[in-house]
Amino acid sequence: MSLTATDIRNLCLATLVFAVCALLPLGDQGYWLGLGVTIAMFTALATSWALFSGPTHYISLATAAFFGVGTYVTGLGIDTLPFWSLVGLAGVIGAVLAALVGLATLRLSGVYFVIFTLGLAELVRQVITWVQNNSGQKGLYVLTDLDEAGIYWWLLGLSAAVFLAGWLIGRSRLGFALRIIGDDETVAAHSGINTARAKVLLFMVPGAVAAMTGAILAPRYVYIEPSLAFAPILSFQVVIMALLGGASRLWGPVLGVIPFTFLLEAVSSNFPNQTTLVIGVAFLVIVYLLPGGFVGLMGRINRHLNTREGT
Amino acid sequence: MDILITGILLGGTYALIAMGLNLQYGVARIMNLANGEILVAGGYFAFIAYTATQLSPILTIFLVAPLAFALNWLIYRLMLQPLVNRAKNRGQLETDSILATFGLSFIGLGLMLSFFGGDYFSYSFMAVPVELLGNTYGANRVLSFVMAVLICGALYLWLNRSRAGLSIRAIATAPASARLVGIDVKHLSALAFALGGAVTAVGGALISTYLTLDASTGVVFTLKALIIVIMGGVGDVRGTIVAALLLGILETLVASLLDPGLTLAAAYVMFLGILLFRPQGLFGKKPT
Repeated sequence: MSLTATDIRNLCLATLVFAVCALLPLGDQGYWLGLGVTIAMFTALATSWALFSGPTHYISLATAAFFGVGTYVTGLGIDTLPFWSLVGLAGVIGAVLAALVGLATLRLSGVYFVIFTLGLAELVRQVITWVQNNSGQKGLYVLTDLDEAGIYWWLLGLSAAVFLAGWLIGRSRLGFALRIIGDDETVAAHSGINTARAKVLLFMVPGAVAAMTGAILAPRYVYIEPSLAFAPILSFQVVIMALLGGASRLWGPVLGVIPFTFLLEAVSSNFPNQTTLVIGVAFLVIVYLLPGGFVGLMGRINRHLNTREGT
Repeated sequence: MDILITGILLGGTYALIAMGLNLQYGVARIMNLANGEILVAGGYFAFIAYTATQLSPILTIFLVAPLAFALNWLIYRLMLQPLVNRAKNRGQLETDSILATFGLSFIGLGLMLSFFGGDYFSYSFMAVPVELLGNTYGANRVLSFVMAVLICGALYLWLNRSRAGLSIRAIATAPASARLVGIDVKHLSALAFALGGAVTAVGGALISTYLTLDASTGVVFTLKALIIVIMGGVGDVRGTIVAALLLGILETLVASLLDPGLTLAAAYVMFLGILLFRPQGLFGKKPT
């Protein structure tokens, strides 16, 4: 773990960026702070999603399921436990759930994984609705003294932790193993890498982060019910943002999170019924126009300029 | 007994939908996640034809099938063929086609929402009781089942007896070798994809005679069809039919004994069992 001069510069730069972002609530408490919460939330979700899906190319749609579980952890425990411990607890539960899902599906080809995660949020929602119907309980109230600025700082802290984790994983043996798996899984298996174990371990990261994000955001909803906590659209938004930015770099997803948040915000306030259409078009744009996202686009432009200078 | 027959009647229509998906995935190698939206569109078509002109859904399917065939053929030629051409390996094609068909699925959903709204739709067609083995069932269910059996049977015969069917099975088994023996893989893949879409849309028209649908139910049907295809084995007609009937029975069992809200959970339990114990499908051979 020796740090080069570039590493130290990047670390300082990242700390500075987060410090500047943390000042946002001092400037505005209304519209912009609300937008800041959304951006911080999707930064944590999309960056952690890309940590797993970037190297493995597996498309996970489980975000909404883990997120919903997180909100329920806060909803059920807020009367008995302090908030910070609930966030930690949600992280542990999310990681365990992710490990279980991973153990069942990640030994097999990627298609099984996509299908399984596609319905996961709906499955958990059905089960919770059923339990609530049988126990006669409809929803949960989450009442705390945590305000919008507090939620924002929590989410920003979580995003910083995700970036740090991603950076550390990238430098570790696990990160190295994953890059080989992404390039060629057969080669990885032949050089002695336990591919299934590496994938399951890594999948626990987005699971934990999504559950923690849900736990942090629960006080914002005030009233929690299954159809709100497990809205499947969340998973798709995360996929689009991460791929739009580019999942091959740690800082890639943020480049997708910011413009897409503004786009969705504009569309939902002007044409509230057309958000599904926008999401559909975004998928097609990613596949046909921007494979590799903005990161890939920048790479192509750089290469183009370099060859021009060369001639 | 009652549950068993209701389950089999439901499973018959599921078999039809899953056959459509199986053609698309097994032959054209496209995991079509917009399959459920095609189904709902077929249902909408039957609904409009019936409420506007009293056209019987049994006749509507002869209109739905060619329309869906043409639409899916265009989708394959214009949108999916370029992905097949640019893909360097199977994994990349899978990822690309999953993302592209997600896009199509959301666009389809968005269009249906803006044209018809998000309300449930249903109509009353042949809602008269029929007696079978001492119990009564809706005539629409029985008729849909009979139609599904006829179409599945015709497909099965076509795949197993005709020359085009033989070529399609060859592509499903070994796409690279199929080209070497002079099979036009591109042309037949487009054909299989379009045919799969047509079968699914017909399934949607049939299912709309007895189930209440809305624009957003598509994804649930996609999921069920995927589970059936994986359980039955990709490219295996017989396995698909058995898996569809099993799912139909299991769902009816859970819906009538436990709670109708838990049908997807039931399907998932089955899916998990398959993943853990027989990932190669019910009748599949273990890969060597």
